[in-house]
Amino acid sequence: MTVNQLSIFLENRSGTLTKVLDIMKRTGIRIIASTIADTAQYGLFRVICSNPRQAYLELVNEGFAVAMSDVFAIEMENRPGQTADTVKCFSEAGISIIYMYSFLKDGKGILLFRTDDMETAREVIHRAGFKCVSEKDLADWK
Amino acid sequence: MIWNPNKECMSRDEMSSLQGKRLHKIVEYVYHNVPFYRHKLQDMDITPDDIRTIDDIVKLPFTTKKDLRDNYPFGLQAAPQSEIIRIHASSGTTGNPTIVGYTRKDIGVWSECMARCLTAYGVGRDDIFSVSYGYGLFTGGLGAHNGVEMVGASVVPASTGNTEKHAKLIRDLGITGIACTPSYALYLAETMEHMGITKEHIKLRVGAFGAEPWTESMRAEIEERLGLKAFNLYGLSEVMGPSVSYECQMQNGSHINEDHFYPEIINPVTLEPLPNGQSGELVFTTLTKEGMPVIRYRTRDLCSLMQGECDCGRTSVRMTPITGRSDDMLIIRGINVFPSQVESVVLSMKEFAPRYMLIVDRINNLDTLQVQVELRQEYFTATFDTPAAIDELQKRLSDKLRSVLSISAKVQLKAPNSIERSQGKSAHVIDNRKQQ
Repeated sequence: MTVNQLSIFLENRSGTLTKVLDIMKRTGIRIIASTIADTAQYGLFRVICSNPRQAYLELVNEGFAVAMSDVFAIEMENRPGQTADTVKCFSEAGISIIYMYSFLKDGKGILLFRTDDMETAREVIHRAGFKCVSEKDLADWK
Repeated sequence: MIWNPNKECMSRDEMSSLQGKRLHKIVEYVYHNVPFYRHKLQDMDITPDDIRTIDDIVKLPFTTKKDLRDNYPFGLQAAPQSEIIRIHASSGTTGNPTIVGYTRKDIGVWSECMARCLTAYGVGRDDIFSVSYGYGLFTGGLGAHNGVEMVGASVVPASTGNTEKHAKLIRDLGITGIACTPSYALYLAETMEHMGITKEHIKLRVGAFGAEPWTESMRAEIEERLGLKAFNLYGLSEVMGPSVSYECQMQNGSHINEDHFYPEIINPVTLEPLPNGQSGELVFTTLTKEGMPVIRYRTRDLCSLMQGECDCGRTSVRMTPITGRSDDMLIIRGINVFPSQVESVVLSMKEFAPRYMLIVDRINNLDTLQVQVELRQEYFTATFDTPAAIDELQKRLSDKLRSVLSISAKVQLKAPNSIERSQGKSAHVIDNRKQQ
């Protein structure tokens, strides 16, 4: 139901993001979606990629602090109001979204997010019949 | 076991009275034999007759490493050259080395003090003891050597270098004790592992380690790898050499041979003596030394003193482990800050590597302190996928720093292994303030 996301700690220095991307390039890892949470002192680069385990090992090996966590990836129709309806299902169940980002794939919207209550969120997804993207889907996507 | 219970377990009153008599005598001695001290005392309008009890010591001027250098080579020597039977020289990295001459009586006192250390560690006549401090100008080798002969153990003067041969001797001779630097002990353990010698093959049971700062985790590692009990041995050549203080079996501070070396703790800035138990700079006065006595010598080592009888039966004052050097002290917004204080905080949080950098600056006439620390990948777990979690970790560190340093520090998190590793003394500090 969830996919692996890498969160890479980036010092606020020019060149650090390039170094991360070069490592992924060299290893032949495709980035599927990414976002940067920026603060005044550092950045946190969140990445969904084709081979998170290998990317994790390579980045750690190169001296990066990398956290691997589970996030939900839900497939949605690409129409106005779909995100609102989806998020509402969680808020009505008393669940908060901690962070969220999205991308389009073959005309479908993919919503990536983490919540403060992963267990209840699973039940909500199950009850609402949301279609989840799996690790395997990500690896196969070209 | 106690080598000299008469002195090591003396009542406090007797000890104070002995120290007072000896202090008077040593002040009188340097007054008449060392122009440097005579002039200092005359400038302060003090005569040896003003020094009657040990408490009068606070009237005396301090002596520093610079005084020793400025009077190179024999300016502070009190005994005539004909009475000096040995000369050691400290490893001065800059300028002149410190030259220390010893009379026959000094060498005797040194051996006696060293014998007290070794006996406290449990070394006796049946031991075979390897001295692996460097033999030579450095006081470590010969200083420890004389003590081992004094207690009657068999001394193996292994010195440093040729570690493989040394390891072989430790195994083949059944060597039971060793004196060396803690880093050499770890190097020796590594060499043994390469040679296939395990602790089951050797009989080492006692180690006397000193001449460089070491930590409890190093102690645990040495004990585990060499299969011995590791004891602290403290000393400095300006005062005597190894044997100034030593741990007993209780390992709760190091007992000072205070009938010969009188300790004080002072505030390194105001030079005021500090009350019992407070941490500050350690100062020694040699009470019996003839060759080159020192009066209130500032060691620059930071620690505190512990009074009270030890469970081992000794009554002598104990010193805590050295926490840093007063030369490293920074004054930030008028507050004294030691890099070692930052170190203790960083070491207490497993999320950070045991490495840090202090960056001091002056912005708009206000001193600022930034502390850089490295994240440790092992502890950068899934929960750290939000800035909120990272900020919370950062805040925990800055709160701890504020409570230890009494000033606020800006914490900057760094990627693993990004802080430069360096062996230098002030490698932990970058002070960008202009010298005024």
